[in-house]
Amino acid sequence: MSLEYTSSEMMSVTAARALENGMTCFVGIGLPSEAANLARLTHAPDVVLIYESGTLQTKPDILPLSIGDGELCESALTTVAVPEMFRYWLQGGKVDVGFLGTAQIDRFANLNTTLIGDYKAPKVRLPGGGGAPEIATNAGEVFITLKHSKRAFVKDVDFVTTLGFGRDGKGRDNVPNIGKGPTRVITDLCVMKPDLDSKELVVVSLHPGVSREDVTEATGWEIRFAEQLESTPEPSENELTILRELKVRTERAHADA
Amino acid sequence: MAEFLSLHDAVARYVQDGATVAMEGFTHLIPFAAGHEVIRQKKRDLTLIRMTPDIIYDQMIGAGCAKKVIFSWGGNPGVGSLHRLRDAVEKGWPHKVEILEHSHAAMACAFEAGAAGLPLAVFRGYIGSELPSVNDQIKFIECPFTGERLAAVPSVRPDVSIIHAQRADRQGNVLVEGIVGVQKEAVLASKHSIVTVEEIVDDLGATPNACVIPSWAISAIAVAEKGALPSYTHGYYGRSNLFYKEWDAIARDRDTFTQWLDDNVFNAADNVGGQA
Repeated sequence: MSLEYTSSEMMSVTAARALENGMTCFVGIGLPSEAANLARLTHAPDVVLIYESGTLQTKPDILPLSIGDGELCESALTTVAVPEMFRYWLQGGKVDVGFLGTAQIDRFANLNTTLIGDYKAPKVRLPGGGGAPEIATNAGEVFITLKHSKRAFVKDVDFVTTLGFGRDGKGRDNVPNIGKGPTRVITDLCVMKPDLDSKELVVVSLHPGVSREDVTEATGWEIRFAEQLESTPEPSENELTILRELKVRTERAHADA
Repeated sequence: MAEFLSLHDAVARYVQDGATVAMEGFTHLIPFAAGHEVIRQKKRDLTLIRMTPDIIYDQMIGAGCAKKVIFSWGGNPGVGSLHRLRDAVEKGWPHKVEILEHSHAAMACAFEAGAAGLPLAVFRGYIGSELPSVNDQIKFIECPFTGERLAAVPSVRPDVSIIHAQRADRQGNVLVEGIVGVQKEAVLASKHSIVTVEEIVDDLGATPNACVIPSWAISAIAVAEKGALPSYTHGYYGRSNLFYKEWDAIARDRDTFTQWLDDNVFNAADNVGGQA
């Protein structure tokens, strides 16, 4: 039986499946938060979600609009001060995976959330680094999720806010006490992983109905495909139902307040 | 001992033109009423420090209070850009504002180092980031014991820190509950501090490990009911996510913004956070 679903839903479900039950995950706001909570509500009930506002092991019933919504605190095991969050819990090595979004990403999975154009005369000013620069280096590994487009997937980011593997792919070599870095990038078209040697992102799985050409056209460099290119499994009915209910609850809550 | 003052008098006394000011509250307990008082008193040339400038600094920047902004994430959470911040940085309206940007980890550590009386914060950060190339306040030092290369930033030592909290008792001790951010650190790191509270009570009702800031560590306390709106006060009222969304349209246009400021800040006698 074939289910009806959107490419956004495909992305969220695939991103959610990347999280394993019992993992400790430092969650970015937006798409990562949607995926992480979907994981918690489906196959990974014991995934530990941490937000940079200091909320540890939180179980929100609706998705937060901001990183510090009251819902996160009320449903958390405990809430710590922000310095403690970054120093003890993140820098202290207690986080398995950092789950991040971004405005721009390049072939070495470097992330840019600072600006488009030149720093002194920006074409577009973006919000900045937030927690990402240290999440990306202090978490055991990093998952990244964002929509696929030529504007977002560029050969070289305008500014490296957050390290993937550096401008030459060697940014983590011989650095002590650093995490593995990005291990997968999940978009609405495909899943990418870094090449073991060069660290350049390679498409390892295409979502159902997506062609190689679709991905090539939406990527700002000559994207490579794995020899064993897989087809991403479709969302299940249960996953779609729970995702849709979560989004309806969230929209209703945000519209009322 | 903290002195109980009106919000007007507290801001008039402790926020001087040209001062370095930290108004903290990580999404929660943002001291909007105090921010509006700063705007009404037309304070100028302030160096504004906040991890997340949020709407409060967007308003103060648009109103012309800021000379420089030190921050680590300058967006409207879950909504998009801070248009007044961007207009000031990109187009110099109402005047050019200098920015110095960090990561959250750096600023959180810098507040903590300020509270600890240290000149700098040391942490494992900024590895591979290009932020050090645009911010000369980010340096790297070698651990004298292991040789590891670590990031260093100067501690935050504001002239005045302003925070909002749930309540104070009659001696001026303050209880902060919920997402506590870097509020305690901000108060302890500063030369002077103003705490606005929802109410004054006989007994704080604090549990032994609650976040309580003693009266003798605070300069002034002012009652500002609903003083955190459109952000929220845990246990008192929720965040107005709706206003955060509406702010996008208000702040996008200079005239709409100026009109909003007139209606909700300058001509609001009993302003409580700028809810229209």
